[in-house]
Amino acid sequence: MTAIIPKISIKNLHKSFGNKKVLDGVNLDIMAGDSVVIIGGSGSGKSVLLKCILGLVTPDSGSIMIDGQEMIGASLLIRQKMLTKIGMLFQGSALFDSLKVWENVAFTLLLRDKKSKNDAKEQAIRNLEMVGLGVQIADLSPAELSGGMQKRVALARAIASKPDIIFFDEPTTGLDPIMSDVINNLIIKVVQKIGATALSITHDLISARKIANRIVMLYQGKLIWSGKTQEIDQSGNMYVEQFIHGRAEGPIQMPIRILS
Amino acid sequence: MIQRFFQIIGQAFIKALESVGDLVLFCSKAITSCFYPPFYPRLLIRQILEIGFYSLPVVGLTAIFTGMVLALQSYTGFARQGFEAAIPSVVVVSITRELGPVLAGLMVAGRVGAAIAAEIGTMRVTEQIDALVTLSTNPIKYLVVPRIMAGFIALPLLVLVADIIGVLGGYIVSVYKLDFNSISYVTNTLNFLVTIDVISGLVKAAFFGLIITLMGCYYGYYSKGGAQGVGSATTKAVVASSILILTFNYFLTEAFFSI
Repeated sequence: MTAIIPKISIKNLHKSFGNKKVLDGVNLDIMAGDSVVIIGGSGSGKSVLLKCILGLVTPDSGSIMIDGQEMIGASLLIRQKMLTKIGMLFQGSALFDSLKVWENVAFTLLLRDKKSKNDAKEQAIRNLEMVGLGVQIADLSPAELSGGMQKRVALARAIASKPDIIFFDEPTTGLDPIMSDVINNLIIKVVQKIGATALSITHDLISARKIANRIVMLYQGKLIWSGKTQEIDQSGNMYVEQFIHGRAEGPIQMPIRILS
Repeated sequence: MIQRFFQIIGQAFIKALESVGDLVLFCSKAITSCFYPPFYPRLLIRQILEIGFYSLPVVGLTAIFTGMVLALQSYTGFARQGFEAAIPSVVVVSITRELGPVLAGLMVAGRVGAAIAAEIGTMRVTEQIDALVTLSTNPIKYLVVPRIMAGFIALPLLVLVADIIGVLGGYIVSVYKLDFNSISYVTNTLNFLVTIDVISGLVKAAFFGLIITLMGCYYGYYSKGGAQGVGSATTKAVVASSILILTFNYFLTEAFFSI
């Protein structure tokens, strides 16, 4: 019997910036088709972990394997090939403001897949429709859209090349509760539709409960809890309890200074 | 106390060496990236328009007034010695060898170098450069290469235009204000001008184009800290390219005309 290879496998990952240890031996396996959400407070290392997986930050030590292929120290060619299987939704959307909305969505179709302008635009419009946006916004500039619409365009761009893995960085931050729910529903819909593996980072518990089938918690660069979404309320972990109830009192201490 | 003093000096020295090392690595990576695919010709054409064509008004105005002032000032000096006839040659040599490339370079550094640093810097702080990486696009190839190639191509063309406009400025003042004979002014200008004068100016311009775009890209690419970081990157790009233009101008002049 052959062992199932995780889609993403992270082993003993360490990363420091100067004297500050941001990731302290993180281990995490994500199987194909999973939707995993990493929760944790600000500065817990969530974003750095995501950037390490994407190759935007180089870890100090450890291993990151995607589809069984080691990514740390991999050549640029291997890394770029792997990135063709990955989609990413950035916290601030990160749309290219020099390009029109449809050109953002069709970016990889035009540059990488060398599709004709008409074909790429047609596919971009189909992707925009998938995230609930009409053809009338295709020729607008990203700056002309609201925050929620920009997020949806960024989602359409992330799924444009039908990736195997999609990363979501704080997908609902800065959005009103209704728009947050719209984005959560879209994430569930598009991930199921293209059959991708999803890894999200958020501190929005409503979003985490809705989009995840597994939640893990990072605290001070360590993975301190992992379990199914429905188990989080009975985690028995003091850190998780404090975080999900949003209490100031507890083992997690925020570095604040009381002014006298 | 003394130990602390040397510690501060040492730290500053190491930091300066690190910065120079980063800059050299960035420049070598950017220049070598010009020679292998993928190429983005549409981006290159857009940048040539942005750097070259849209800089024409500011460079043209600088050139015409420089040529006019040069003729006027030369006349003031030379008239005392009775050397007025030298004015056409002084204007054409000064413009083509030095003032054309240097002034065009400095004006473009202010206009284009700042714009490049601000644009790439904003892309950095809003994660657009990270987004490029996740879309399996090399940011150096997509953002930096078209700009440095455009700078290298557009600056000599701009300087060629600046040379013509600058000489025209000298002609206007000499003929219409100082009562020079139009035909003899043009004849003197053409007789005195040699190919190396123009070529050296164009070679300088190509170097300056490379310097301006590389500095803009480098400081923009490594900017951090939001709006303040982008502002600081813009200032550094303009200051660094202006200083490097003046420094390289000396060495290039020496290389061309030292014998």
